[in-house]
Amino acid sequence: MKLVLHVEPGIVRQPLVSSVILETGALVNIERAKVDAVSGEIVIDVSSDKCMEVKTAFEQRGVKVVLLEVPVIRDEMECIHCGACISICPTGTFRFEDFKVIEDAGKCVQCGACIEACPQRALRLILK
Amino acid sequence: MYTQPGNGSIPRGSGGPGIGAVVIPQLFNTPCLYIVFVEEKSLSEINERIREGSVCVVTAEEMPDLVDELGTDGAVREVDVVTTGTFGAMCSSGVFLNLGHSDPPIKISRAWLNRVEAYGGVAAVDLFLGATQPSEDKGNEYGGAHVIEDLVTGREVEIKAQGSITDCYPRLDLETALRLDDFNQATMVNPRNAYQRYDAAINSSERTLHTYMGTLLPRHGNINFSGAGELNPISNDPNLEYLGIGTRIFLCGTQGYIIGTGTQHYPQDNFSTLMVKGDLKEMSNDYLRAATFQDYGPSLYVGLGVPIPVLNERIAGNTAVRDEDISTDILDYGVPRRSRPVVKTVSYEDLYTGFVNIEGKEVKTSPLSSRYMARQVADALRDLILKGKFFLSAPVEQLSLTGKNDPMRQTREFPLVGDVMSRDVVTVHEDISISEAAWIIVGGTYDHLPVVSESEKLMGIVTAWDISKAVANGKISQISEIMTRRVFVASPDEPLELAARKLDHHKISALPVVDKDNHVMGMITSDDMSRLFSRRRYG
Ligand code: SF4
Ligand code: SF4
Repeated sequence: MKLVLHVEPGIVRQPLVSSVILETGALVNIERAKVDAVSGEIVIDVSSDKCMEVKTAFEQRGVKVVLLEVPVIRDEMECIHCGACISICPTGTFRFEDFKVIEDAGKCVQCGACIEACPQRALRLILK
Repeated sequence: MYTQPGNGSIPRGSGGPGIGAVVIPQLFNTPCLYIVFVEEKSLSEINERIREGSVCVVTAEEMPDLVDELGTDGAVREVDVVTTGTFGAMCSSGVFLNLGHSDPPIKISRAWLNRVEAYGGVAAVDLFLGATQPSEDKGNEYGGAHVIEDLVTGREVEIKAQGSITDCYPRLDLETALRLDDFNQATMVNPRNAYQRYDAAINSSERTLHTYMGTLLPRHGNINFSGAGELNPISNDPNLEYLGIGTRIFLCGTQGYIIGTGTQHYPQDNFSTLMVKGDLKEMSNDYLRAATFQDYGPSLYVGLGVPIPVLNERIAGNTAVRDEDISTDILDYGVPRRSRPVVKTVSYEDLYTGFVNIEGKEVKTSPLSSRYMARQVADALRDLILKGKFFLSAPVEQLSLTGKNDPMRQTREFPLVGDVMSRDVVTVHEDISISEAAWIIVGGTYDHLPVVSESEKLMGIVTAWDISKAVANGKISQISEIMTRRVFVASPDEPLELAARKLDHHKISALPVVDKDNHVMGMITSDDMSRLFSRRRYG
């Protein structure tokens, strides 16, 4: 399961991820991290059994955590199944099935590449 | 809608199997003459079957297996029509609009629809709105294609026009809002549609490119291609035997016509194109979609299908074409010149597998045309024919089998890097000391020093800034420790404009100029360029 961590500037320099890993013993995969002057945003992937424990551990450290169930949505009315989103996605979220584009939205790490590449503007990231 | 098909140049048989002679020369050293039956049928017979409801129609995806099973003769007997379809971004598309005369009347010279400019230099109230024209307020996110889509979906469009005053047209400007029904005529006329095939695109350069072939990731990150493969109309009639002027087609949900060869038509190299027209008022948004290619501009997805009558075995054979039979080149868009190098030649079947191996790496492919929608077009056309709502027309004239797609004759020379670069560049080896480097810079004309290897090949670059930093830090002694190893370079035969874009893009002020063996030939700086450009502009 994917979690989006919104880290406020005050705590951004603390070793948050490592301390949560040590506390929970969960295997955490950092999929995307962006930290700038005003805040930080980190997307992590954890197994579903540890997910809630990890979420709570981050929240106790002052991190706002959002569970990312469907990171990206494709508007079926707008989509023309051109496939432009397929090769651009670093995590292989989209694929053809008999020339119709379908997605495994759970694979998305919200990098944003497909949003601009879609000529129909049919893709949207949730909570961004 | 049905018009009686004219007597075009389509060969007509007598109804049953025709008789033809095939000469097989020099078989066992004895010239032989065989008389064989050659299956043929006429267009009027096919139209009669459509009227009766007994016609057999298949799509171009179904035909290859049928021909394998039945042979071309059997296919001519069994199948009457093969429907094709394509659904791709067709930039060379647009509509002629007639607004009707206002009171007092205006002779429009310039006009905007939802702030997208349309060409006003056709009579008083005729406009041509091109699909790729960006809007003045929303730029690439909204353009001519989007106005066309808004009209088709019944939305109102704001019109602004400026006129040139004459005695008969006294009005200076005009504002109104119109829906599709309010126009006297709205005729789609697309100068170049349905490319037989199209080169695929890859990018070897270091940065992401935004092109009409979509987003191309750096270092061979992906491959984009276009075209409908075996469903493409022209690929099913490559010798243009049936596709001609006057051939009735499916265009964006209604009946349209081929009105000639498209621009850049080049059948000699299997790059035929079609010019088509149709009535926008009857079109459907299902088969016409506005698009935006990021940092490139608007374009229009056009659904176009041609029914091909299976008149004889030759046509049957041609409609059995498969994705694997149609090849195309993957071109490197990382080279920003007109002739882009071919990286690999592949078939559409290869491209549709999702991966192509480039230099040992599996590179992901994406089509930009929709094969799914191309199939919908071919299916819709088949259903119209089966329901007796679409009849085939004979062309009144063949399309030319030769075309012209020459490069532009450029009368104003553009300077090349080699014409402008300074040749008196000093290069150094990586083992010289910081202070030696500093002396060279102080004594020379450049604040950039290219660093070369023993064999005089470019390895890196050191700038005056790097040196000051090193001096400030103290400790460092050799330039090999401070030089930048990833150097952006120019080649002598590169247009100056491209070199200028590189400087601008990477925010640097000089580029070493190297030959193909990476030997430094000179240097080009932003100062050289601004001097030259200001001379050209004001001189
Ligand atoms: S790029 Fe957009 S329109 Fe094309 S298949 Fe993907 S979501 Fe659909
Ligand atoms: S946002 Fe990035 S990771 Fe998510 S689907 Fe789009 S391209 Fe893939």
